[in-house]
Amino acid sequence: MGLGQILAKRVGYGLVLLIAVLILNFTLITVAPGDVADSIAGDMGGADATVMAEIRERYGLDKPFLLQLWAYVSKVAFLDLGYSYFYNTPVTTLILEKLPATLLLVFSSQILAITVGTLLGVMAARKPNGFVSMCVTFLSLFGFAAPVFWSGILLIIAFVSIFPIFPVGGMSSAIMEGGFFARAVDIAYHLFLPMVTLASIYLALYSRLTRASMLEVLGSDYVRTARAKGLAENKVFYKHALKNSLGPLVTVAGLQFSAVMSGAVVVEAVFNWPGLGTLALQSILARDTPTIMGILFFSSFVVIIVNIVTDIVLRLIDPRIRSS
Amino acid sequence: MQRLIKTFVATATAAALLASAPMAQEPKRGGTLTMAIQQTPRHLNPAVQSGTATGQPGTQLFASLLRYDEGWDPQPYLAESWEVAEDGLSVTINLVQGATFHDGVPITSEDVAFSIETVKANHPFKSMFEPVIAVETPDENTAILKLSKPHPALLLAMSSQLLSIIPKHIYGDGQDPKSHPANSENVVGSGPFKLVEFVRDQHVILERYEGYFEKGLPYLDRIVMRIIPDASTRTIALESGELMLSGFEENPRNLVRLKKNEDLNVSDVGYAAIGPVNWLAFNTQAESEVSDPIVRKAIAHAVDREFILNALMLGTAGPALTGIHPGSPFYDASVEPYDLDLDKANKMLDDAGYAMGADGTRFGLTVDYGWPTMKPFAEYMKPQLKKIGIDVTVRSSADFPTWAKRISNWEFDMTMDNVFNWGDPVIGVHRTYSSDNIKAGVIWSNTQQYANARVDELMAEAGSTNDPEKRKALYAEFQKIIADELPLYPLWPSPYHTVSNKSVGNAPDSVWGTSSPLDKVYLK
Repeated sequence: MGLGQILAKRVGYGLVLLIAVLILNFTLITVAPGDVADSIAGDMGGADATVMAEIRERYGLDKPFLLQLWAYVSKVAFLDLGYSYFYNTPVTTLILEKLPATLLLVFSSQILAITVGTLLGVMAARKPNGFVSMCVTFLSLFGFAAPVFWSGILLIIAFVSIFPIFPVGGMSSAIMEGGFFARAVDIAYHLFLPMVTLASIYLALYSRLTRASMLEVLGSDYVRTARAKGLAENKVFYKHALKNSLGPLVTVAGLQFSAVMSGAVVVEAVFNWPGLGTLALQSILARDTPTIMGILFFSSFVVIIVNIVTDIVLRLIDPRIRSS
Repeated sequence: MQRLIKTFVATATAAALLASAPMAQEPKRGGTLTMAIQQTPRHLNPAVQSGTATGQPGTQLFASLLRYDEGWDPQPYLAESWEVAEDGLSVTINLVQGATFHDGVPITSEDVAFSIETVKANHPFKSMFEPVIAVETPDENTAILKLSKPHPALLLAMSSQLLSIIPKHIYGDGQDPKSHPANSENVVGSGPFKLVEFVRDQHVILERYEGYFEKGLPYLDRIVMRIIPDASTRTIALESGELMLSGFEENPRNLVRLKKNEDLNVSDVGYAAIGPVNWLAFNTQAESEVSDPIVRKAIAHAVDREFILNALMLGTAGPALTGIHPGSPFYDASVEPYDLDLDKANKMLDDAGYAMGADGTRFGLTVDYGWPTMKPFAEYMKPQLKKIGIDVTVRSSADFPTWAKRISNWEFDMTMDNVFNWGDPVIGVHRTYSSDNIKAGVIWSNTQQYANARVDELMAEAGSTNDPEKRKALYAEFQKIIADELPLYPLWPSPYHTVSNKSVGNAPDSVWGTSSPLDKVYLK
């Protein structure tokens, strides 16, 4: 199959998946007891009966479920994600406002996890029974076993409360003097703890994976050949072995993307990071159906895209997939 | 001799200066105050949105006609003076001279009339301005409110976040004020601070309005309100000095911890007008035994309020014996308190014919709670009521709307609940007991389905007289009947505290807490 064909097939699957995500989630949210009128009233310390009835009528919550579903799906078909009941703002605006923060968190933590994870994995693979290897195994087990919210809180206690090095939360200082560079430094300063927290799980995963995959590759014939022809050990390691053991890493990193997105929700809540996760949490609690739906729609979309990109990257780095 | 006198005078002056220094510190102008709010506001216009998330920035952006001090005394604000007519059917308001909106347009009586109409038509608390039938504007600085009956809640309803004076030339453009774009962006307010930036889930930044009508105020250059929903995060930020002020703090464990910090002032002054009361509510029309007043009284005798106050609230709150907040002038502490008495409770149930079964239970009831902080109190009911033979099932709800739906459709026996007084009983108390406010699907209406003709009568009377002594007597009888029939068992007021860094002067102490203008706050 050519690249074009595969791409077409993937995009087709993606569309079907998106529609399924829409219908399933809309049903789930509508079936849940309570509605946005309850949450708005809760927020306001109560509301008069006429006000509640007005809110329900205004957002069509008094209409039958199938009508509501139809109204929503037909709007989304024209790429209109609707209007947030709770924030009084178009959902697309809300999502675009929050998306950069989440993407920054997700990508920076993935880059950290992949580079450091690979490095540790390679170091461990050089001496599989050595001290470094044991440390890496221990660290990765710990990182994998500790829930993110817990390790996040531990980091806050350590580096905000006991040793006040980092800010307590948020994405940037509210009042900033200085230009682009100063702002970037400020955001990086706020990003550090949440990024490390989110990276910790995946760092564990990737280092284990690299170690296992390196050990496997190091035992193969062509590595023996390379060594036999007198190639320097470093060259054998990084040029031949590492390159070939990256395949599984890319696959897993791509597949894990959806998990990272959901991990980000928790990390955002712990660190008060103003991203999609915080918005998702708030809008679920507020029963703000259009916003929840918009976020789910958007995240499904991003996950599908990343999966397609992973496929393509895999074909680029591994000729065997290309030919099969 | 001359020299001696000189020295003496100098010493005396120095001593006097030293003695008076900590007492009369001159407020200083300038500086940025960083404070926390706990939630992202839906928008910033309190005229069409209730709740403290909007109220805290909203009362900086918009001035009201009156303001209240910590002793429930109305003070002039945008209204320089006001006069309630002898018959209580009209109120004349004289505005201060020279007040302007943030765009420089003068604030006139037209704006006052427009604001009252907008609030009356859009605010969730309909009872605030219901009796106001017309607002006359004989000249630019005078507004006369015409009432259908005397309305004792009116003055409170003209303060803090309940009546924001909004510009007619902005909001009167025909758009729906509830979703008006100027509610969150380019806000043109009338208060001491104007909006610089509102970023959802991050912060609201305000800066001094140079044309503010109170001369020399506000002291602060800027207020940064950071939106931090997590109580522990706020605690750490207060400790580290990243935050200088936070209102509405109520988590007992955090309060105890913050009180130990020498850099912080932790004050419980204020908030009486917010008036949050926690209680165990009963569904008086339930199919279960809880519809019997004797059962409710037995439960009240079995619940140990002291245990709740000391062990669960860690001593941060006092008791609330009635549904009116203990800080209110109408609170009557002489009602039956239902002190802990398990023997009496058991005997009451025995006498009423609820026989104890062989397994030590008489009957089963459910208790609900709507949000996580209420969980320990609901759970406490289970072992405690077991002691009088009631088998309690604690029902949790996934989130607030789930709980609200259950309770507002009367699908419950008992629930932990927290309801705000919102100033005058007419606004926040009557709704809980009035028999014509039993409305399906409306949370914090009369969800107890309680009906008593005498109670309705007392509320109607107390709601239409301006005589405070008469009202006090009426509310005393009202509280006595409620305590006797127990549609709900009041337990404690939420211990709202204002936590401020010692560098903050004039920390807010009004009955509205931090939902009041911070124009007199300064940094030492």
